[in-house]
Amino acid sequence: MSTLTAERVAHRMVRRGGFLSHTGFITGRWLRAQYRSPALIAFTLVQPAIWLLLFGQLFKGVVALPGFSDTSYIAFLTPGIVMMTALMTSGWSGTTFIDDMERGVMDRMLTSPVRRGALMAGQLISNGTTTMIQTVLVFAIGFAAGARYDGGVLGYVITIVASMLVGTAFGSLSNAIALLTRRQEALIGISQFVSLPLTFMSSIMLDPKLAPDWVGVAARFNPVDWAAITARQALSANPDWTSIARHGSYLLAFTLLVAYLSTRAFRTYQRSV
Amino acid sequence: MALPPALEAVELVKTYPADRKQPPLRALDGLSFTVPEGVVLGLLGPNGAGKSTTVKILTTLSRADSGTARVAGLDVGKQQEEVRHAIGYVPQKSSSDPMATGIENLVLSGRIYGLSRQESVRRAAELLERFDLTEAGARQVRTYSGGMQRKLDVALGLVHRPRVLFLDEPTTGLDPEARADLWTEVERLSGAEGLTVLLTTHYLEEADRLAGQLAIVDHGKIVAEGTPEALKAELRGDSVQVELVDPDTDGDVRRLLTALPGVGEVVVDGNTLRARVDRGATAVPAVLGALEEKAIPVTAVTVSRPSLDDVYLQYTGRSFKSAEKDEERAA
Repeated sequence: MSTLTAERVAHRMVRRGGFLSHTGFITGRWLRAQYRSPALIAFTLVQPAIWLLLFGQLFKGVVALPGFSDTSYIAFLTPGIVMMTALMTSGWSGTTFIDDMERGVMDRMLTSPVRRGALMAGQLISNGTTTMIQTVLVFAIGFAAGARYDGGVLGYVITIVASMLVGTAFGSLSNAIALLTRRQEALIGISQFVSLPLTFMSSIMLDPKLAPDWVGVAARFNPVDWAAITARQALSANPDWTSIARHGSYLLAFTLLVAYLSTRAFRTYQRSV
Repeated sequence: MALPPALEAVELVKTYPADRKQPPLRALDGLSFTVPEGVVLGLLGPNGAGKSTTVKILTTLSRADSGTARVAGLDVGKQQEEVRHAIGYVPQKSSSDPMATGIENLVLSGRIYGLSRQESVRRAAELLERFDLTEAGARQVRTYSGGMQRKLDVALGLVHRPRVLFLDEPTTGLDPEARADLWTEVERLSGAEGLTVLLTTHYLEEADRLAGQLAIVDHGKIVAEGTPEALKAELRGDSVQVELVDPDTDGDVRRLLTALPGVGEVVVDGNTLRARVDRGATAVPAVLGALEEKAIPVTAVTVSRPSLDDVYLQYTGRSFKSAEKDEERAA
């Protein structure tokens, strides 16, 4: 009987291998995979480069329209494209889960003692680092095209954090859709369907003051727009800290909520296998 | 004190809800079995019989609608965490991360089960050595052959020294050499190391060779259970197989043979008729005589001792091959 008790105790002790250490292991796995295919990040930069260089030129004149709040369109556009890139790239996040499901990796993980939250968090942290690198690179392209900011280091830091929150929120949404649909085509379809309206019903490309009213109303509930506003304010010469705090905390709350709900999707997945 | 059985399933029921493409599917319909410690149980049945569903429930991946199951004395529904530490699971599809190396895969798994970094590295080296993968250990798994990947999968299931190992169709898609390799390995695990293994397979030969105890699964139930030898011994007599030149479309030949004395059930599968007979030596001349009388041309006649295929036929009313075809059509 004493061996049985000892075993129970051993089980308990092993069980303490908890959320943080597991998150570390899972993050390591994804970062390593990412580090082994660095070209993928370069691919995802093609689109933002086209947006910045082409649209930056094409719509150069919109700043002259009465009511536009900025004086340089490329400076206005760059933080928006940063958020758009974070959104679009993270939409693909769930494909890593589907690859794992198509192999037996997901099933093996789910029959192991790994924390479900760690499976989600580890992948999202790795996704967040991709977003961070992209954000820096998009800024570099914007800078080359002539965008300049007065907000200083803090402005850039807040922008990077905001972009990582967008990446995390929509990355976990993508992971959840992956767990629920289990199909690559469904995931990509849904993510395109969601990201286009989120991009256009926002201040990413145009000051909503110039758009129809309903766009402005929709933008108020758009997390991507919260991020764009936070970033533009933080990068400006005289940031409106109240607006930054308000939009930033909406964004944070949204991200945490979506990440939590996505972790619950593991249960739905397990019910269907 | 009697040891609890390593595996115990009692009246498991599992129904998958209907979706757009499929009607609801009753995958398990009151499935029960018991496996003592150190035994290899072979779950044998065609695709879709409920083998994988059983494994998923016992490994905590899925939950039964009703019924109970215990693994190493632990309830799979109520003690999931403990069960997960006690089992190793090798899914049907390769379960390694193709972007990571063999070593990285094994170390990650060790860490998840609570081994320290050094222990995990040591255990990884040990397992690579044992599965003859040491040289490939530092290479990314996507460069491995199918057989190497499968060996790594089994190694991944063993990192934390589980008490029960689940192998879900471990040799499907492997070439004969890799299959033989893996068989040797499974024999070693159960033999010398006393590991309890649950093996699902739709290869009769594999079940015959590896399983100490066999359970035939059909339509979500166990229809027969015992050692392969006992199951075969239960079938008295021999099996006679007649191959015709033309298929027996209207059942005339079947009726003709069934009417002969000493001939039991006759099953038709295309040009082939299989009959259970009391004694092969006396049945063959009678069968050939009857066929010749009616001028029915024959390609070949063979007599054999009962095989697992006959066991399968006996309990499910279908030959193993035709059951496979049915299930594939349904899937």
